[in-house]
Amino acid sequence: MARHVISTLAVLGILLPFSGLAVAQEKTSIKLGVLEDQSGDFAVATIGKVHGIQLATEEINAAGGIDGRPLELVIYDTQSDNTRYQEFMRRVLQRDKVDAVFAGFSSASREAYRPIVNQFDGFAFYNNQYEGGVCDANMVVTGAVPEQQFSTLIPYMIEKYGKKVYTIAADYNFGQISAEWVRNIVKEHGGEMVGEEFIPLGVSQFSQTIQNIQTAKPDVLVTLLVGTAQASYYEQAGAASLKVPMASSVNVGQGYEHKRFKAPSLANMYATVNYIEEVDTPASKAFVEKWHKKFPNEPYINQEAENSYSAVYLYKQMVERAKSTKRDDIRKVIAQGDVCFDAPEGKVCIDPKSQHMSHTIYLAHVGEDHTIDFPKVWQDVKPYWLGDSGCDLMKSDPSAQYTPSNPPVATK
Amino acid sequence: MDVLYSTFSFLYQSGDAFAFLVLSACGLAVIFGMMGVINLAHGEFILCGAYVSTSATHMGLPLPLAIALGAGVAGLIGMLLERLIVRHLYLRPLDTIVATWGISMIATQGTLIVLGSTMQGTGTPFGSFMVGNYSYSVYRIVLMGMALATLAALWLVFTRTRFGVLARATIQVPHIAQALGVNTGLIYSLTFGLGAALAGLAGGLYAPTMTLVPTMGSAFIVEAFVTVVIGGADIFLGTAPAAAILGVVKAALTSWQGQLAGQIGMLLAVIIVIRILPRGISGWILKERA
Repeated sequence: MARHVISTLAVLGILLPFSGLAVAQEKTSIKLGVLEDQSGDFAVATIGKVHGIQLATEEINAAGGIDGRPLELVIYDTQSDNTRYQEFMRRVLQRDKVDAVFAGFSSASREAYRPIVNQFDGFAFYNNQYEGGVCDANMVVTGAVPEQQFSTLIPYMIEKYGKKVYTIAADYNFGQISAEWVRNIVKEHGGEMVGEEFIPLGVSQFSQTIQNIQTAKPDVLVTLLVGTAQASYYEQAGAASLKVPMASSVNVGQGYEHKRFKAPSLANMYATVNYIEEVDTPASKAFVEKWHKKFPNEPYINQEAENSYSAVYLYKQMVERAKSTKRDDIRKVIAQGDVCFDAPEGKVCIDPKSQHMSHTIYLAHVGEDHTIDFPKVWQDVKPYWLGDSGCDLMKSDPSAQYTPSNPPVATK
Repeated sequence: MDVLYSTFSFLYQSGDAFAFLVLSACGLAVIFGMMGVINLAHGEFILCGAYVSTSATHMGLPLPLAIALGAGVAGLIGMLLERLIVRHLYLRPLDTIVATWGISMIATQGTLIVLGSTMQGTGTPFGSFMVGNYSYSVYRIVLMGMALATLAALWLVFTRTRFGVLARATIQVPHIAQALGVNTGLIYSLTFGLGAALAGLAGGLYAPTMTLVPTMGSAFIVEAFVTVVIGGADIFLGTAPAAAILGVVKAALTSWQGQLAGQIGMLLAVIIVIRILPRGISGWILKERA
C-alpha cells in the first residue's frame, strides 16, 4: 500500500510540471466551460446545444478569436444528473478557472448549480427556455421565458379553439411555475381551467391521464412534458384517438417530437418557439446549411441549440467591448442596453435589468403529416416581466428566482 | 349505462397497469425471483428487445415477427452474458449487482454512442375504439392479452415440460440435480436466457407506444423490481397477484388524483405489503397451503 502511494506521488510529480506548462502556454486563450447533458434522459434535446457552441467557437477562432485570443472549450457531460452539475460547476470554476460557463437544460439543474456560481462569483449563461424569474447578476439567460412564450400562445389558442384549458405538466419547478403562468393568463383572457395534472419525471405510461383529459373535455390541452419518458404521452394519446388541440412551450422546440413520432400523433400541436430548423428565412436556411456541413448527422436543430450558438457570439461581443473577461466590466457593457446579435431567428438583445434576452417568437403548428407551418410570428418580444415587477440588476442583485405569486419586492 | 361505462374504464385502466407490471416483471421474476441474480441490467434487455424489434419493423418485418425477433436477440445476448460474466458470480449474489449495473451502463452509453440519442418510432397499430364517451387504444387490449398469454406460457413451460422440471430442480438443489446427470450449467444458461428473452419481449411489445431512447429501460425497472419483490420467488403465485394488486391501486389513485398520487400509492402499497408479508405474496400463499 505504501509503495502504491509513493508510486502515485511519483507519477503526479512527473505530471504536474507538464500541466503547469500547459497552463502557461494557453494563458492567452479565453476559456468557456460547457456543462450540458450529453447522456441520460435529456440528451435528445441537449446534444445539439454542445454542437451549437462548438460550431460558433470554430467560426470565431477561424476569424481570429475573441479580441485576438482563441476561445477554448472545457466540456463536461452532466449526464442529466443534478449532482453532476454541482460537481462540474465547482470543477470548471475552481480547477479549470474558466472565464464563463454555459450550463444547464432542466430548471432543477440550473437551481442546483446557481448557488455555486454565486459562491465563487462566476459568470454563467443559461441558454434554455424556462419558467422565468431568475434575477441574478451572475447569470445571463438567453432562452425564452413565459411572457414570451405563453402571453403569445395562450390568447391565440383561447381565441381559436375555446375557453376550457387543461394542463399536464412535469412535476418539478419548471412545470409547476409554468402551469401557474398558464393559469394566470387563461384567467386574464376569460378562460377556465378544467383540469391540471402534474406528472413525475420518468413516468412513461399515460393511459389513465388520457382518460382524465377525456372526462374534463377541454378545448385546449397545454402540454409541458419534459424528458424522453414523458414524451411517450403523444404516441399513447394518438393511439387512443385523443384529438384535443395542444399547446406547448417546450415540446417540438426542444424535443422535436414531431420528428421522432410517427404522424399523426403530434397533429394539431401549437408551440411557441424562438427558433426551430423549419424557420423559413434566409438567415435560418444559411444557418441550417452550415450546421449540417459540420454535423451531417444532427437529427434536429432545436431552439436551445440556436440559443447556445448565439450566446457564444453575444459573449464574444461583450468581451470585446469590455476589453476584459471580468464580470463587472462585462456587466457595464450589458448595462448600456445595446448588446444585440443578428441571430438565425432574427435580432436578439440582452435586457440590462434582468439579463434575459428578447426574441422573435414563432408559432409553430404541426400538421397531420407532421410538417410545420408558422401561422403567426411575433417580432422582438421583450422579456419584460422581471423588469416590470421590480428586478433591476443594475441597482441590486438579489440572486433569487421569482414567480407570479412571489414577485420581487420593489422597495429595495 | 354510465355505471357500465365507468366499470369498463376502471377495468381497462387496471388491466393496462397490470399488463405493464406483468410484462416488465416476468423476465426479472425468472432471473431475480427464481435464480437469485439481482439483475440491474434488466432494463437494458428491454431496451435491446425494443430496438431490435423497431429496427426490424422499419426494415419491413411484420410486427409480431419483429417482436419475436427482439425477444430472441435479447435471449441470446442474455445467454452470452450468463456464460461470460454472471456464471462466475452465482455464489456472490451481491457482486452480481455491481456486474449487472456495469453491463447496464455500458449498454446504455454504447447504444447512445453507436445509435444516437433517439430512434424513430413505428407508431401504435390497430387504432382505437369508443365505449361511452371515452376512446381507447386497441393495442392496449392486445398488451393485456399478451400479459395473460405470457403468464400461461410460463406456467406451461415450468410445470409441463422437461426443461421446466430440470430448471426448478437445478435452482432448488443444484448439486443433487447434477448428481442425477442434469447439465446444470446449460440449465442455468437457458433459464437466464429465458428471463432476458421475456424482458426483450416486454421491450418489443411496448416499443410502438414509447419514446425510443437509450435510457428507456429505466422506465420499466422500478416497476419490475417492485412487483418481483412484493411477489416473492414464485412467478404465478407471486408476480401475477402482485401485479394485479398494484395495478388496481395505481389505476384507482391515478384516476382520482392524477399520476403523482398513483405513483405514491403504488410505492406505499409496496411498503405495506413488505411490512406485513416479508417473504412476499407467494411466500404467504405457500405457507398457508403447507
